[in-house]
Parts: sequence; C-alpha cells; structure tokens
Amino acid sequence: MLRWLFVSPADRRLLGTSRFRGPTPWVIAIMSFSIMLIAATGLALASTAGSLTRAIEQRYALEVPNGGENLDALVASLKAAPGVTSIEAVPESEMRRTLGRWLGPEAESADLPVPALVNFDVRPGTDIAAIQRRAQTIAPGAEISAHQDKVAPLLRSMHALQWLAFGLVVLLGAAAAAAVVLAARGALDTHRFTIEVMHGIGATDLQVTHLFQRKIALDALVGSLAGAAAGAVVLLLLASGASFAGELTGGGTLSVLDLVILLLLPFALTILATWVGRIAVLAALREAL
Amino acid sequence: MDEAWQGAVPWTGRGRDVDLPAIAEFDSVGLRYGTGAEVLRDLDFRLANGGFYFLTGPSGAGKTSLLKLLYLAQRPTRGRIKLFGEELSEAPREALPPFRRRIGVVFQDFRLIRHLSAFDNIALPLRVAGATDEELEGPVREMLAWVGLADRASARPPTLSGGEQQRVAIARAVINRPDLLVADEPTGNVDADMAKRLLHLFTALNRLGTTVVVATHDVGLISATPGAEMIRLDNGGLADPTGMLRNPPPRRG
Repeated sequence: MLRWLFVSPADRRLLGTSRFRGPTPWVIAIMSFSIMLIAATGLALASTAGSLTRAIEQRYALEVPNGGENLDALVASLKAAPGVTSIEAVPESEMRRTLGRWLGPEAESADLPVPALVNFDVRPGTDIAAIQRRAQTIAPGAEISAHQDKVAPLLRSMHALQWLAFGLVVLLGAAAAAAVVLAARGALDTHRFTIEVMHGIGATDLQVTHLFQRKIALDALVGSLAGAAAGAVVLLLLASGASFAGELTGGGTLSVLDLVILLLLPFALTILATWVGRIAVLAALREAL
Repeated sequence: MDEAWQGAVPWTGRGRDVDLPAIAEFDSVGLRYGTGAEVLRDLDFRLANGGFYFLTGPSGAGKTSLLKLLYLAQRPTRGRIKLFGEELSEAPREALPPFRRRIGVVFQDFRLIRHLSAFDNIALPLRVAGATDEELEGPVREMLAWVGLADRASARPPTLSGGEQQRVAIARAVINRPDLLVADEPTGNVDADMAKRLLHLFTALNRLGTTVVVATHDVGLISATPGAEMIRLDNGGLADPTGMLRNPPPRRG
C-alpha cells in the first residue's frame, strides 16, 4: 500500500527539484504549530471540565438562611442520613469573611443574620429530597442545592471553548488541505512537460500521481513535525514546570491520552495532506487525455 | 559509431504479434481543435502491420495532427480509429496507457526531460512498464552503445548536441520494442549524414517487424527507401491516388 513511498532514486529524480523547497512545508509547519497549541488548550479545557464535573457531581450545599443555631445537631443528623459519605460545615468566621467582601466591616456585626452553610457528598442515587426533609425537621428553612447547578454556566462556557478549539483545529486542517491543493496544482504546472512525456510513453495517472504524492507526503511530514515540535516547545515554556493547562484553567492537566492525541496530530495532518494532494493531482490529470 | 548504427538492433522487449491484419485503421476521421476549422477531414486508410510509411505534405497539411492521432495524444472529433485491432477513438483514457506503451514516438523537438541524464531518459519507458533498476540497466547500456552514446550516459540533454539528443530520443522510442514507431520530422534537426543513419535505423527496425510512420519533407529520405508507402496529406485530406492505403499490401519481409 505504501510502495509509492519507497521508489528508486531514478524515479525520485523525475520531478527534478529538490525537496523541502517552496512554501508547502512552511505553510504546513505553521498550521501544525497552531493546531498543536489550540488542540492542547482544548484538551486541557476538556480535562479541567471533566475533573470539575467529577469533583462536584455528587456534592451538595445545605443552606440555612437564619443561621446556625442548631448547626451541630443538623450536621450530626445529616451525617447519619443514608447515602451521605462526607459532610463539612463552613465555619461562621469564613462566612463572615466572605460577606465582608460586599458588606465591609458590617459583616462582623453581631446583629447580622449570617446564614449557615454545610457542604456534603453523597453516593450516587441518594434521595436528596429525603435528606432535605430530614434537615428541615431541625432547621425549617433549610434548602439543599447541587454544586453542579451553580457551576453549570462555567461548564457550559468551558464546553463551548472546547468546541471552539475543535472547530479551529478542523478549520486549520482544512486550510492546510487547501494549501496542499494549490501547491499540487502549482507542481503540476511546473512539471507539465514531464507529465506529458510520461503519459506519452504509457504512464498511468496513478504512476504520475505517486511521484507527486511522495513529494507532498514528505513535505507534509517534515512541515508537520517541525510545527508540532515548535508547538511542544512553546507549551513546555508556558507550562514552566507545571501544567500549562493548569495555569490556564486552574488545575486541569493533560492526560496520557491527551498527549498521545497531540503526538498523533502531526501524523494525522500528514495523512490528510497526502490524501488531499493525491485527490488534487488525480483530478487535474484527468483533465488531460 | 557507424558500425554501431548499422549493426543488429538490440531488442529487449516481448515477442511480436505478426497476425494483425492492420496495425491502424482510420475510418472517416476528422479532427478540429476547439471551435476552429477541421485540420483533418475524411481520413480513410489502413496501415499494414510491418509496413513502412512516409507521411508527406506541405506545411500545415495536418501531418503532426495525424501523428498525434496515431500515438494517442489526441482524439478524433469524428470518425473511428482502430489501433492494434482495438477501437480507441472513444476508449476511456484509463484504457490508453497499455496501447501507448506499444508505440514509440520520435518528436521533432526530441521532448527529452532536461533534468534527467541520457540514461534515465532512455530508461523511462522501461520504468513506466515496471522494470526494476537491475532489469533495465543492461538494455539501456546496450541501447546507449547502439546509438553511439555509451560514454554520454550521464550527460543531460542541454549538454548534448542536436544529433546526440536525437539519438537519445530515438533510443527512448525504441527501447521498449514498439509495434508502431512514429517519427515527426526526424531529420529536421540533423545533417545529411545523420539523416542517412536514422533512415538506416528505421529500416532496420522495420525489418524486425515494427511498423514505421515517418512524417517528413525530405524527398531524399523517401527516395532512399525503396518499397515504402507514401501517405500524402493536402489541406487536411488524404491524397491517395493509387488507393494503396485503403488496401495495403502484405507486410514486407
């Protein structure tokens, strides 16, 4: 299947010009560089969104608007509730410190009714309504809310950014493909005489295409790898010993799978460029007799 | 070099089908380029397998266009063309390469690939036919020696004289042992001595069974080839007063 890639030196000489000249490797290198950075950002966002979702998907907050008069009893009751795996009451001092950002010194006033907040985790399938009823027997105004609901807008934004990154990767791939088509047509024009001679002595379109396909594949591979390598250097510099994604997204990292995907990107770009180049050359050759 | 040129032709190809009644048949063939006037019209003739033909006529008569039809570089705009017994005027382009490999063409302007050596230019038809480097090395060296260019194997066309380029072009045209050899004004760029050698080469090839069609203005060339048929074109039409082309004689021995 890949025999066209390993042709004899004589067949390689047919196109005459030396490899890696012209804009194609450079264009593909720039595309590969951009794809690498955008894909890394998208994958880091996906990782962060995943971590965040996993961390909060079973986490709930119990809010008591009138304060924590029976807070200890409430915590003890919730701890004993079926399905609750951990529970933590937010200290009043921390609540006042939080309120202080809006109220200033007034937040320390003893007259201020500070709501109590208890965070707890449950096992999947736990009846949250039953826990709320249980809490309301001790603190009648108690309300339970899911953490997931509170961060949903953030997660939606992160997902939107992931799709944006994915879309940009696809667009850059398409731009690289378009550049290859233009380069292939230019190469066909440059070598029109050689092609005519080859056709004249009985070469098939596929034989002619293989010559160009090999050159396009090598140009694309060199450009892709160079661009990806530059992208990797930038990612490492930005990461500065920590996770680049962590710096950007607050803790998200690239998994081994993400790194494998990034490593495969230049090869995917090479395959795309080669395939598109082959189609473009074959289509152009069909216009001749 | 003379001896080399007059020696036996070093054939490297396959065996030859001698039973073909005609190697080419033109039936009411016409050709026009784009929307222009017809450059060839109402061509009806057959070329016998193993025949030797001169294609003559004034400039602009359509000789080169007729040759293009013969070596499958052009399709007729009307009529039918049979080559090697196959109707090819409307054959899909994917079907043409095997037939083109049976045709050797010598162009007036040689059409050598400038960045390839003489060796690589001559080897090209064998490479296209699938020969490996090892398989083609011997035949190409032999062919180079035969055309007297053994010591110029690595030279590129721009460094060769006109006559040398012509010989490389001829070697490329015949290395695959074509059934049909088409030459367009082969003596147009060479001196009288070289023209004589070329004619000797063509007759030698013809004796070995190759059908030869030579387009030329050179009357001396025609008169020096006894037994050859002449196809005369005039203003795109065939002037065949003897009717010989419609009913060609059996192949020459």
